[in-house]
Amino acid sequence: MSDSPVALTPEDFSPLLERPDKHGISRPSRSYWQDAWIRLKKNRRAILSLWMIVALVAFALLGPLLWQVDPARQDIDQISQAPGVDRSAIIVAPYSAWDGSLLPGMTASPQLHLAAPPTSQAVRLRWEGVPGANGYRLYRNIFPIDDQLAFGLPIAEFPSAAAGYYEDRLDLRPRSYYYSLVALDQNGVPTTEHQTLEAEVVRVITLEEVRERGLVAAESMPGEGDEVFLALHPLGTDYLGRDMLARLMAGAQVSLFIGFVAPLLYVLLGVVYGSVAGFLGGRVDQVMMRFADFVVALPFLLFMILFQVVFGIGPGESGILPMLVALVVLAWPATARLVRGQVLQIREEAYIGASRLLGARSGYLVWRHMIPNTLGVVLVTLTFAVPSAIFTEAFLSFIGMGVAPPTASWGSMSNEGLATMLTHPHELIFPSLLISVTVLAFNLLGDGLRDALDVRMRSVE
Amino acid sequence: MWQYTLKRLLQGVITVWFIATATFVAMHSVPGDPLSGQRAMTEGIRANLEARYGLDRPVTEQYFIYMGNLLRGDFGISFTQQNRQVNDIIREHFPVSATLGVLAILFAALGGVLWGALTALYRNRLPDTIIMFLVILGISVPSFVFAALGQLGLVSINSLLGTSLLPVAGWGTVSHMILPALVLGMGTMAYLTRLMRSSMLEIINSDYVRTARAKGLPPARIFTRHQLRNAILPVITVLGPAIAAITTGGFVVELVFAIPGLGRYFVQAVQQLDYTVIMGTTVFYGAFLVFMVIVVDLLYGWIDPRVRLQ
Repeated sequence: MSDSPVALTPEDFSPLLERPDKHGISRPSRSYWQDAWIRLKKNRRAILSLWMIVALVAFALLGPLLWQVDPARQDIDQISQAPGVDRSAIIVAPYSAWDGSLLPGMTASPQLHLAAPPTSQAVRLRWEGVPGANGYRLYRNIFPIDDQLAFGLPIAEFPSAAAGYYEDRLDLRPRSYYYSLVALDQNGVPTTEHQTLEAEVVRVITLEEVRERGLVAAESMPGEGDEVFLALHPLGTDYLGRDMLARLMAGAQVSLFIGFVAPLLYVLLGVVYGSVAGFLGGRVDQVMMRFADFVVALPFLLFMILFQVVFGIGPGESGILPMLVALVVLAWPATARLVRGQVLQIREEAYIGASRLLGARSGYLVWRHMIPNTLGVVLVTLTFAVPSAIFTEAFLSFIGMGVAPPTASWGSMSNEGLATMLTHPHELIFPSLLISVTVLAFNLLGDGLRDALDVRMRSVE
Repeated sequence: MWQYTLKRLLQGVITVWFIATATFVAMHSVPGDPLSGQRAMTEGIRANLEARYGLDRPVTEQYFIYMGNLLRGDFGISFTQQNRQVNDIIREHFPVSATLGVLAILFAALGGVLWGALTALYRNRLPDTIIMFLVILGISVPSFVFAALGQLGLVSINSLLGTSLLPVAGWGTVSHMILPALVLGMGTMAYLTRLMRSSMLEIINSDYVRTARAKGLPPARIFTRHQLRNAILPVITVLGPAIAAITTGGFVVELVFAIPGLGRYFVQAVQQLDYTVIMGTTVFYGAFLVFMVIVVDLLYGWIDPRVRLQ
């Protein structure tokens, strides 16, 4: 045994051979988030929802740039217009009183007949009288009368049995109307004797109105009988003549603003509160969580309403800020509880102990280990918090405790549409549909995210 | 068990006290005072009104009077209908809301359990897919949209049939209750269906179900005795929040269907800023919901002996 000293060089400490094959990692290494994204991409419903949300955001943000109509501008002459792109109107002479005479070009008949072409300005009716009648009642319907003779409410009544005339100027729209003249007996009771006339009303406008609304260029000189085009309302107008499309876009801004900002704020608050409570533990944790329990015990929507009452909405305010504050104040404890539970669990994990052993400080532990490991849960909570915030906003606005007029919100639009639901259903259906589609998209995305991010929370499929 | 019940009730009382105090603080931090919104009034009338509502006293004294009255179950007098006790309002309108709510809960629970069990049995087949799509839809559509569309649909059906199949709005007979209860329970039913499905799926593959099958029990008996009974348990735990959802959902459903319930009255009071009615109904609803959650929890311990109540 020779013990001559051996001179060691740094080369002696380098690996003898590079042996990549020994590691046995045959696939590329993927991070948690890459893996989650790949799983999410496989979920067609979630991806479709993601695109739907992108489209909704574009509708709210880019829409108003393309469709530059003031959502608060009222037009009393154009209230509750049905959706559509037909907007032509014929220029006619200003309205003048009518003495019941037959206008040139119209033919008289013994039946109920028109004395002039029916226009949205006036429908002029004449009749010759029915033998044995003691008076008449005139009805207007938008559907043909069935054999049960249900006429609805009369628009006029005539005590005389003689020939007569009537001029209808009540809220005429470009559509078909069915006028029915029902004969009355000597007691004034309607008989089955009736004459019905269909009138196809044409939309007209006077020259003065054309000028007032600026429908034609100032220098052009349109005359009577010419066609002009009214303002375009592709989705119709509401009960004050405001453009539905512009209001839906404005409502989308409100709903998505509340839907994104409120959950972001309260989930953040919940994360901070919960992680502090969970990390500190002990007495502090107990006190903090007892307080959270009290807030949870408050009936959520009742207190949202109460908050709205307390804040009050001053003149010129939209009422969005109070709603935001109330949501944040009332909704954070759920996230706080969740995050606290997670942190309590993670705190006991071996890798935290290892990290602490290596000299990591508390701040580093929270920031580097605890928050990233709860992020998946938090993200899922956030996705489900968005539809519930939108729900809450719509609910409050629907009962009149949300945004203040003239601010548009899908909830308040639904409420306004409710009053005219039977005659103009589009005013109810469009905002309701948008709320439902938005909430649906976020719910489906939330389901997809939950399945992709957290194997433990994965719903049983 | 009794000790646990007592403890929960005590906690409930503290929570209700907290709700009452929060309501009081909230209503007293409203800018201005309840009388300033009214018509112009002379000093004398104002002083009289303040004396009538006790607004001339210091806030702390008002608080003690308010709490004292609450303990005696007295919620005060309405601001807008000045001869009406809030107690009378609650006594008159709450039974209507309660009837509607109970019907809705029954409908939601029965429907949820039935559909949930069905989807689990037909897992990943056509009925499952269809029902689960409807469920997602049910969770996503707000109750007021259901109410409005339900009404619209009913009007169309009525006019199509030429007779009144069901009344479109109002209250009084059983036929008035059907559509509002359906509409009110819809969201909760969708939620319960989802819950029931996942709980059922867990149980379908459990050991005791396999044992039951192995010893030759008929499938119907396994379904009712072993699967359904065990799968129902999680549904019971969420009945508390479900009752809360149905109570607040009732506000809009009553509004849409013109039902003279407490919910509609509450919304009207809020819109008219009727302070005493708002405070009274909030505390009443709060106490009701807290109490219902306790009842459901106790019920759960009673139904499932495995759950130790402590």
